[in-house]
Amino acid sequence: MNPEQLRYTETHEWVAEQDGLVTVGITQYAADLLRDLVYIELPPLGTRTEAGSSFGEVESIKAVSDLYAPVDGEVVAVNEAVVAEPQIISRDPYGQGWLIKIRPAANARWSRLLSYAEYQQQIAQQA
Amino acid sequence: MSQLYRTPLYTAHQAQGARLVPFAGWEMPLHYTTITEEHQAVRQRAGRFDISHMGRLFLRGSDALSLLEWVYTNAVATLKTGQVRYGLICNEAGGVKDDVLLYRLPEIAPADLATDSSSDNPLSQGFPYLLVVNAANREKILAWLETHRQGREVEIHDGTFATAMVAVQGPIAVELCQKLTDTPLHDLRYYHGRYVSYRGQRCLVSRTGYTGEDGLEWIVPQSQALPLWEDLQGLGVTACGLGARDTLRLEAAMPLYGHELTEEIDPFQAGLEWAVKWQEKDFIGRQALLRRREDKNLPKRVGLELAGRRIAREQCRVWQGEQPVGWISSGTFAPTLQKSIALAYVAPACTAVGTRLEVEIRGQREAAQVVPLPFYSRRRASS
Repeated sequence: MNPEQLRYTETHEWVAEQDGLVTVGITQYAADLLRDLVYIELPPLGTRTEAGSSFGEVESIKAVSDLYAPVDGEVVAVNEAVVAEPQIISRDPYGQGWLIKIRPAANARWSRLLSYAEYQQQIAQQA
Repeated sequence: MSQLYRTPLYTAHQAQGARLVPFAGWEMPLHYTTITEEHQAVRQRAGRFDISHMGRLFLRGSDALSLLEWVYTNAVATLKTGQVRYGLICNEAGGVKDDVLLYRLPEIAPADLATDSSSDNPLSQGFPYLLVVNAANREKILAWLETHRQGREVEIHDGTFATAMVAVQGPIAVELCQKLTDTPLHDLRYYHGRYVSYRGQRCLVSRTGYTGEDGLEWIVPQSQALPLWEDLQGLGVTACGLGARDTLRLEAAMPLYGHELTEEIDPFQAGLEWAVKWQEKDFIGRQALLRRREDKNLPKRVGLELAGRRIAREQCRVWQGEQPVGWISSGTFAPTLQKSIALAYVAPACTAVGTRLEVEIRGQREAAQVVPLPFYSRRRASS
């Protein structure tokens, strides 16, 4: 996926909406910051997500980080390949390194989402 | 936070794109590429580490030996010139103030001694003893030595800032370092050091390290740090940060001060009895250690292997059934072994190899098993 066309949470997830489903992954910036990914925990299919709440965790040699859902809904797809081999996320965070797909609930609440430019600005401030 | 110290290699690290982080009062490289790549470079070839943050305390004087015997748990008098020995400095209660390397430095021919006493290379001044202490403990140990010298004739010189220290570790480390000096290195025995001439300067090289791999540690005058670092780069020695240093030492089950060793933990608990000469000499903490040795309730250090891939981090609680039996002191995902490993302190009843335990990681119990230490040991060709 083209990062410029994605939207972003303030907690370094990227969000893509397509055909009524929301795909979620972590950004290259977050993957670079974590490096050396060793473990990822993703929820089982059917799990309810809540905007701004943790749906899993990603662990590197250095640290553990929570993964936050951008929207209320239900998990309808999980990328088992990254569970088996977390390094895929570092290599291709916007493609093969996607994490879950969510079907948003009716009248779903969303986290505040940033445009590509806004997200770039945020990480420039953090650096 | 107060100002952080920088090593003479700081700008080189920056230029190389290292991630620099505060560590024990110093701004140090955590990694240059990834911890895993740097780790593998050391296991397979050779890596270089800037360890200039370690404290380097030089001692001399007619009572230097007596002061060292009094503060240090291992034997000092039996050190031969050029020999290096691991030991502890304990408090009166037997807790560990620091774990250190003590060097009995080689002798220097009188004609080669720096005649100018202002020479800023402490390696050229004929000090017979060098203590290499942890960065976080340097000032504490300096103060401890001052407190306990008690009229002894001894000069204690902090040579940390006048020198730099670079570890070169890995199966081909010695071979590569030989290209940098005419002084022979291949016959340097494990835990021995010698002076070498490098770019016309006196440097100290010892066959020591903190990775579980063969290798050398260089102590050089501060001015030679950058040339050495760049020469090593030219030889293809991978730059490695503190991240890989930690995963390497953990696979080798070497203790890290502040984690496996603290002022509340004694050397017997840590499995370091071999470095405590309690039968042969008196030293600070000995009386307390004799009592602690008889205490059958103190937790002991063990190695754990986890069933899953999650990392058991420091302070995670260790359980046996519904009984809390200890805590994790360090844990990582071991790059060589591809397993989640940890060092833990557990009740004496739980220390047998094969004991099944659980580690509480972020509210969830993960299965773990006591395994023999070290987790990793290199295949030794000889010596």
